[in-house]
Parts: sequence; structure tokens; C-alpha cells
Amino acid sequence: MNWLASIGKVTIGKLSSFGRATLMLFGAIVAKPQFIKNVPLTIKQIYAVGVQSLLIVVVSGLFIGMVMALQGYTILVGYGAEGSLGPMVALSLLRELGPVVTALLFAGRAGSALTAEIGLMKATEQLSSLEMMAVDPLRRIIAPRFWAGMISMPMLAIIFSAVGILGGHVVGVDWLGVDSGSYWSIMQSTVDWDKDVVNGIIKSIVFGFVIVWIATYKGYDSIPTSEGISKATTETVVYSSLAVLGLDFVLTALMFGIE
Amino acid sequence: MNSRKAEILVGGFVVLAFAAGLMLALKVVNQNMSGQSETYTLNAKFDNIGGLKVRSAVKVGGVTVGRVDSITLSPKDFTPVVSMSISKEYDQFPETSSVSILTSGLLGEQYVGFQPGFEIEGIENLSEGDYIEDTKSALVLEDLIGQFLFSKGQ
Repeated sequence: MNWLASIGKVTIGKLSSFGRATLMLFGAIVAKPQFIKNVPLTIKQIYAVGVQSLLIVVVSGLFIGMVMALQGYTILVGYGAEGSLGPMVALSLLRELGPVVTALLFAGRAGSALTAEIGLMKATEQLSSLEMMAVDPLRRIIAPRFWAGMISMPMLAIIFSAVGILGGHVVGVDWLGVDSGSYWSIMQSTVDWDKDVVNGIIKSIVFGFVIVWIATYKGYDSIPTSEGISKATTETVVYSSLAVLGLDFVLTALMFGIE
Repeated sequence: MNSRKAEILVGGFVVLAFAAGLMLALKVVNQNMSGQSETYTLNAKFDNIGGLKVRSAVKVGGVTVGRVDSITLSPKDFTPVVSMSISKEYDQFPETSSVSILTSGLLGEQYVGFQPGFEIEGIENLSEGDYIEDTKSALVLEDLIGQFLFSKGQ
């Protein structure tokens, strides 16, 4: 009987935390939204979440594009198909690596910071003091961070892909000697705006939503001790990375799987 | 962190994202013909289309003039019908033109090669919805090998 009870306890715990997360999301962005009032706060959060993630995204995009060009070249040159380096780099960046790697970096760089910040606000009772002053912390604290994450994530993913393609150009064309014209022109004849670029952007918006949701909820729901905050921060990174990778498979299957 | 500086940096971030998007739109994505310029449709019946796909290029002497729009099977005689959208820029092809399915490179993708016919008096130009009569099917490697083996055996 004990093991049955423990299964039930875990299930109820998971379900109720999922319910609390949904309620938090609802209270923050659906119920009585204050878009105009939130704009300055959101801009400040875009700075914290987006602009400060720019360096890591640009640097890793550059190096991932360069590594892909290098690896792809050594294989493609064996078939005399090094002209296809451009579409290989562009398609893998736009469809998969751009959204996914950006999301993983975003979860590590911005998601953990969000959780720690909100968790510390809770531990130092700033959230309760806001409530005392009749300011809804959901709308004042959570909502701007939420919108900032959802706006920043697709922009970061686009920048990642663009920088990666330029990095592939640096290695493929300037170093390994692939023809610059064929790098761009075969890429242009292969890559499609709706199918590749827009689907990548949709992916990154979904990932942004999931990451910020998990990050803000984990912070908001954390146990207000130093231990609890450290646990919540770890869980944010782990859960959002797993969610991104799992969702990526589902989204890829839906977008590219069936033609 | 004063908010003025944050606003400026966020503005820079947004501009950077737009620049990246613009670069993707202009340099990476194909400027397909169907979206931009006017097109007209031509059809052709083949015996075998090999590996031809929707969106494969239609080329005249290596210049891309259009794309394959759809590939269907004619219900009457069970032959594939390929409909191509050709840019309105090139609407002067005579009716004696012929099409064949070619392969770019040894293992490359397949495309429709379009050979404009001679302009003779009394021959009209191809226009919207016309069927091109003179077609040559794709080269299927297995058939070639089969023929080769057969001729060796004789």
C-alpha cells in the first residue's frame, strides 16, 4: 500500500505544481493585462534578458557555424560537393541549431538569472511587501520578465543563425576556398522563407515561452531559503533544457516530418 | 542601471535582430519566382519523372526561368503530368519547344531542361495552360544498367 500511496503523492504533487504554474501564468499575462504600463518595465527586462545574452549567443553562433563548415567540408569534398556547404550550414542552423542551441544558452544564461532573482525577492519578502502595498507581484514582477523573454528569444535565435552563416562563410570560403558565389547561390536556391526561416522562428518563440514560464514559476514557487533558491535555479536549467529538447522533436516532426 | 542607457541598448538589440532577419531574407532565402514576378503555367507529360520534385528548377541553357509547381498522375493514361510556373519575363517560347528531365552533376538534383524550338511562320508561342508535346523522360540508372546487361548477354 505504501508504494501506491507514494505514487499518488508524487502525481498529486506534480499536478498541483503544474496547476499553480498555470494559475501564475494566467494571473500574470491573461487576467487584466496592463500593456502600456508594462512597457518601460519590459524594456528594462529585455535589456537584462536579451541584450546581456547577446555576447554568448553571438560568440557561440560564430563558432558553431565555423565548426560546421569545417566538418561539412571534410566530408563533402570527398564527393566533390563542397558547393553544397552553404545550404548544409544554413539549413541546419535555421531549422535546428539556431533555435535549440540558443534556447539552451538562454536557459542557462537568462532563465537561471530570472529564477534566482525572483527567488531572492521572495526570500527577502519583497514580493510580500509589494502585495502589502496593493501591487500585484504577478503583474509587476512576472509579466514584464515573461514578455521580455518571449520577445528576446526569437531575436537571439535569428542573430545566432545569421552569425553562424557568416562564420561558415569565413571558414568555408575565406579559409578552405569554397567558391563564394556557389556558397550563397546554392544556399539561396535551397533555403525557403516560409518553410525554414519562419518555422525556426516559431520554434524559438515556443522555446522562449517554455523557458520563461519554467524560470519564473520556479522562482516564484521556490522555498525561500538559500538552499531552496539554489535548488530552484538548478531545476530551471535542467527542466527547461529537457523541455526544449523534447519539444524540438515534436515541433520538428510536425513541421518537417510529414510532407 | 539607468533606464536611458537600457533603452538605448535594447534599441540596438532590436536593430541588430532586424539586420540579422534582413540578411536572412535577402542573402540566404531564395527569392522565388512565384512570390515576386508574374508567372504563367505550362504543362508537360512525361513517361517517367525520375527524382523530379515540386520546386525543382526549370532551366533554359542553365538559366532558371521557373519552377515545378505540381506533379500529378493523369487519371486517363497514368502518366505523370508536370506543371511548371514560368516567369512572365520569358513568354516568347515557340510551340515547338521541348522539355527533358536532366540531372545537375553526377549525383545532383534533377531539374527540367527546357529547349526553345525554332520560330517558324505559323507557329504560335506557348501560353498559359499549354501542353508541351515534345518531352524526354528522366534517365533512370537502373534501366540503363539493365539494358547494358541485356545487350551484353546477346
